[in-house]
Amino acid sequence: MKSTIPWLIAAVAGSVVIAAYFIPAAQSWQDAIGQWFEVLAAVAFILGGANLCLQNLQKISARQAGWGYAAVTLVSFVVTLGVGLLKIGVPVEDPQHPWAGSYQAEGSAEWWLFEYAYNPLVATMFALLAFYVASAAFRAFRLKNAEATLLLLTAFVVLLGRTYAGTVLTAQVPDEYSAFSIPGLTTIIMGVFNTAGQRAIMIGIALGVAATSLKVLLGINRSYLGSGDG
Amino acid sequence: MGWLRRLDRRWIFLSMLLAVAIPQLTQARVPEKPTPLVMAVFDKIESLPDGSLVLISFDYGPSAQGELAPMATALMRHCCLKRHKLVLMTLWPDGKPLVERAINQVLVDEFADFGFKYGVDYVNLGYKPGKEVVIKTIANSFRTEFPTDDGDRKLDDLPLTADLTSLADMDLLVSISAGFPGLKEWVQYASSPLKIPLAVGATAVQAPQAYPYIPGQLLGILAAIKGAAEYEVALGEVYPKYSEPKMQDGVRRMAPQLWAHLLIIGLIVLGNIAAFSERFERPRP
Repeated sequence: MKSTIPWLIAAVAGSVVIAAYFIPAAQSWQDAIGQWFEVLAAVAFILGGANLCLQNLQKISARQAGWGYAAVTLVSFVVTLGVGLLKIGVPVEDPQHPWAGSYQAEGSAEWWLFEYAYNPLVATMFALLAFYVASAAFRAFRLKNAEATLLLLTAFVVLLGRTYAGTVLTAQVPDEYSAFSIPGLTTIIMGVFNTAGQRAIMIGIALGVAATSLKVLLGINRSYLGSGDG
Repeated sequence: MGWLRRLDRRWIFLSMLLAVAIPQLTQARVPEKPTPLVMAVFDKIESLPDGSLVLISFDYGPSAQGELAPMATALMRHCCLKRHKLVLMTLWPDGKPLVERAINQVLVDEFADFGFKYGVDYVNLGYKPGKEVVIKTIANSFRTEFPTDDGDRKLDDLPLTADLTSLADMDLLVSISAGFPGLKEWVQYASSPLKIPLAVGATAVQAPQAYPYIPGQLLGILAAIKGAAEYEVALGEVYPKYSEPKMQDGVRRMAPQLWAHLLIIGLIVLGNIAAFSERFERPRP
C-alpha cells in the first residue's frame, strides 16, 4: 500500500501527459497535472528549507566538524527568509496598503542582500574557477597516449579559435582554404565532431529515459519511492 | 627542470590574475567578426516586422552573469531598436532580479527617449517554479501558468498580453541559458512542438549541447562571451551608436579571455615539458 498508491499517482500522471501528446482532448488534463506539479514544486521549497534547518541544527548541536559553517548557513537562511517575509525596508508606495510592495523592491533589505551579498558571492565563486582551471591545466593535462594527444590538440584549436589569437595566427590562409584556418577548424570541430558526438549521446539518453519511464509507469522500477527494490 | 615540477600554484594564480586584470584595466580591445550562428539570430530579429512579439527567458543566475548579461543586454537593445514587444520571464529563482535589472538598464534608462510603456511595449512575468513544466504549460495556455504578471497585474488588463493565449502567439523565443532548465527544455517543449523560431544564448559549458539542434530546431547560438561580443559588433555595424566601446561589454571582455586562453595553453605546454623532463631525468633501471 505504501508504495502502491504513490506508484498509481505516478503512473496516472505520466500516462495522462503521454496521452495528451497524441490526443488533443486530453490537453486540459495535462495542464491540470502541470499545475499540481507546480504546487508540489513550491511546497518542495518549504520541505527543502525545513530539511536544511534540521540538518544544520543537528550538526551544530553535535558540534560536528565544520559546525561553524552550519551556523553561518542557518543564520544566512533565517535572515534572508525573515527580511523577505516581513518585507523589511520595502518602500511604501501606497500608505493605504503598506504591505503591497514587492519584497525585492529596490531599496528593500532583500534587494540589498541580493545585490551586495548573494550576487558578489556567487560571482566570486564562479570566477575562482579560472584559477583552478589554470592550475589543473598545468598539473593534469598530460600527453600520456594517442587519445590524450588528440584531446589536447583539439583543446588548443578551440581555445585559440574562440579568441582573436586564432584569427591572427592563420591570417595568411587564403579565403578558399579558410576551413583550415584556426577559426575554420574550430567551426568544424564544434559543428561536425561535437554535433555528431552530442547527437549520439542524446539519442542514447533519450532511449534510456524512455525505457526508465516505461518501467516507472508500469511499476517495475519503484526505487524512486525509496523502497530500494528497483 | 626541477623548479618547474615544483612550481608553487600561487604563481599560476598570480599569472591568471595578471592575464585577466591587465587587459581589463587597460581596456584593451580585440576585433571580433560575427560568425554565421550569431548572424542567424541577428538577421532573424532584424528581419521580423517592427512590433513583433518576442519572449526572452532569463534562464540564469548571478553566477553566470559575467558571461550572459552582455548578450541579454545586446539582444534587448536590438529588440528595442526594432520596437519589438517584449515578454520577459525566468525559470530560475535567482534570475528574477536580473530581469528587473535588464529592464531598468535597457528599457527604462537607455531607451527613455522611445517612451516604452509597461504593459504596452513590454511585460515582466517574473519567476514561476516548476522548471520545464512551466514551458510545457504555457505552450498550451499562458493564463494557466501566468494569470498575472510579476507585479500581480492581470494579463487580461495589459494591452500587450490581453490577447495572448499561448507560446504559439510569439514570433520569436529567446532563451539565455546557463543550465537546467534552459535551452534544451525550450527546444523540447516549445520550439519543436510548436514550430516557433528559437534563438539561444548559452554559457561556454552549455553551448556544445546546443549544436545538435541546429539548424532544424534552433536558429542560432550566442555562445559565451564571444557570442555576446560578436552580437554587439553586428549591432554596431547596423546601428553605429552601438559601436561605441561603452556599449560593448562583451567585446571589452574578449581581451582578458584572449590572454587567459593563451596562459592556459602555455601552462599545458609547460606542464608537459615538466612531465617529459622528469621521465628523461629519471635513472633508468
